[in-house]
Amino acid sequence: MSAPTASALQIVIVDDSPIRAAILEEGLREAGYTHVVRIEGTGNLLARISVIDPEVILIDLENPSRDVLEQMFQVSRVVKRPIAMFVDQSDSASIQASVDAGVSAYIVDGLKKERIKSILDLCISRFNAFSRLQTELEQAKNALEDRKVIDRAKGILMTRKNMSEAEAYDLLRRTAMNENKKIAEIAQSVITASEMFK
Amino acid sequence: MTSNGHRLRIGFIPLTDAMVPLVAADKGFTADEGLDVELVREVSWSNVRDKLNIGLFDAAHLIAPIAIASSLGLGHVKVPIVAPFGLGLNGNAITVSPGLYAAIAAAADGNITDPTVSGRALARVVANRKAHGEDPLTFGMTFPFSTHNYQLRFWMAAGGVDPDEDVRLVVLPPPYMVESLANRHVDGFCVGAPWNSIAVDLGIGFILHFVSEILERAAEKLLAVRASWAGENPDTLRRLVRAHRRAAAFVEDATNRDEVAAMLSAPNRVGVAPDVIRRELDGRMKVAPEGTVRVSDRYMMIGRNGAARPDPAQAAWLYAQMVRWGQAPLSADFLATAKAVFRPDLYDDAIEPEAANPSGEPTDGIGAFAGPAFDANDIVGHLSAWSIRR
Repeated sequence: MSAPTASALQIVIVDDSPIRAAILEEGLREAGYTHVVRIEGTGNLLARISVIDPEVILIDLENPSRDVLEQMFQVSRVVKRPIAMFVDQSDSASIQASVDAGVSAYIVDGLKKERIKSILDLCISRFNAFSRLQTELEQAKNALEDRKVIDRAKGILMTRKNMSEAEAYDLLRRTAMNENKKIAEIAQSVITASEMFK
Repeated sequence: MTSNGHRLRIGFIPLTDAMVPLVAADKGFTADEGLDVELVREVSWSNVRDKLNIGLFDAAHLIAPIAIASSLGLGHVKVPIVAPFGLGLNGNAITVSPGLYAAIAAAADGNITDPTVSGRALARVVANRKAHGEDPLTFGMTFPFSTHNYQLRFWMAAGGVDPDEDVRLVVLPPPYMVESLANRHVDGFCVGAPWNSIAVDLGIGFILHFVSEILERAAEKLLAVRASWAGENPDTLRRLVRAHRRAAAFVEDATNRDEVAAMLSAPNRVGVAPDVIRRELDGRMKVAPEGTVRVSDRYMMIGRNGAARPDPAQAAWLYAQMVRWGQAPLSADFLATAKAVFRPDLYDDAIEPEAANPSGEPTDGIGAFAGPAFDANDIVGHLSAWSIRR
């Protein structure tokens, strides 16, 4: 087959996380790959992919449908051309990186590996960026939770010990420092103790 | 721990036949052998294969044909795999939609629990559909290199149905099988436990055959490790095999089965109701939505009748199916490589020797319902018995 130019490559993204799929798609578009199709759901995956007839399929490793794609390695009449996984024996670093990042790429036979390498690298970095984003989101959520716990503990101290808000916070902070714990942990103990004394 | 002292990571797919490594770790049998094991639940066979191949897993619960394909370099990267322990024989079943079940029953000239009868009936159903211009029937199986694929093909081809020409076979992840049957994307499937039982319980499928009715002895999952890893960690391997042997004996003891079923039902293990798992362990299977039960002491064999000791004849049979269906070339080297995946010597090295061929088992080690006895050294003879092949 004739090698398509980079921008003309048909790329399919199979990912159950719509946010991550969007992040991947955006990255690919910025890099000049404009023919990107996102596929959601599991029904008739093989048939839907064969209609698009992509050169590259990217799939999240947490997606059980990955096994469906393996059928395309077989000589099959459902998909017109047999395809091969991008990473071959000479490239175990790539497969390691793609497995570590949680993304795996499949390409149609005949496409130069070097040309696909940049797509895979891009996906790996986008996947990693997405998981960093998730971690940050998780941290932000935890910080919010912590603040609620601290506010409740302050309220308890203010009522029970007749303290000002600043004094209550200062007591929590000093106790945390002395016990080498986080303020939220001390605040939680205050709440627990207060529940027990009810 | 391996010789360099790190934690052993074992990958598995949530299926009932992952029970031996799960019980070995959760009952502390691996710890008793001084092993620190982490079980990692996976979502696809491709993931298990790749993570085993590149060393993210030390060992894995793996369908036997993938271990062979990996060692032969078929379909993917070539990484030699060895199996010192068999995680069970049989356990798969063929389930069909109520509509297809009724059609097969109507077309049958005998008892459809006989796979010869059901296969011929399927051929009539297929011919009838073709004559009426209807779409071909679609069957699900789990992976191109899978026992399910070969068992389904063996059964239908013996009845006169060409699995590539007359029907469509599609790969479906086991968790999607039931849904695909319910929404009519497939008319039937061959899959392992617990998915057949789940389809029956939901009233959307009939279990047509246990695989043990098609092949009396069919190697299913293996405890698979990289050949290089086995070479570097002989002591760890022996300990691992001993812990697995103990777990296999534990699950075969009927007095332990409620405990095993409860253990496997945990959401981070197999994650289905204990009574479903108990039925499978006992081979007392509900096969029809209205409650018909079929009992077989061969439905799934874990540690009994030599089930855990890898048998190279099983590897040869699976390789023969790869050749029959055009997945692998016929070559003496490939046959030898395939057989060398199953390593009874590694099993014997860890465990007291057992009788190689327990009484009451098929003499050819396979016991197929059709065709001549299987000779592991004569793949050509096996292939020439069949007119439907690639």
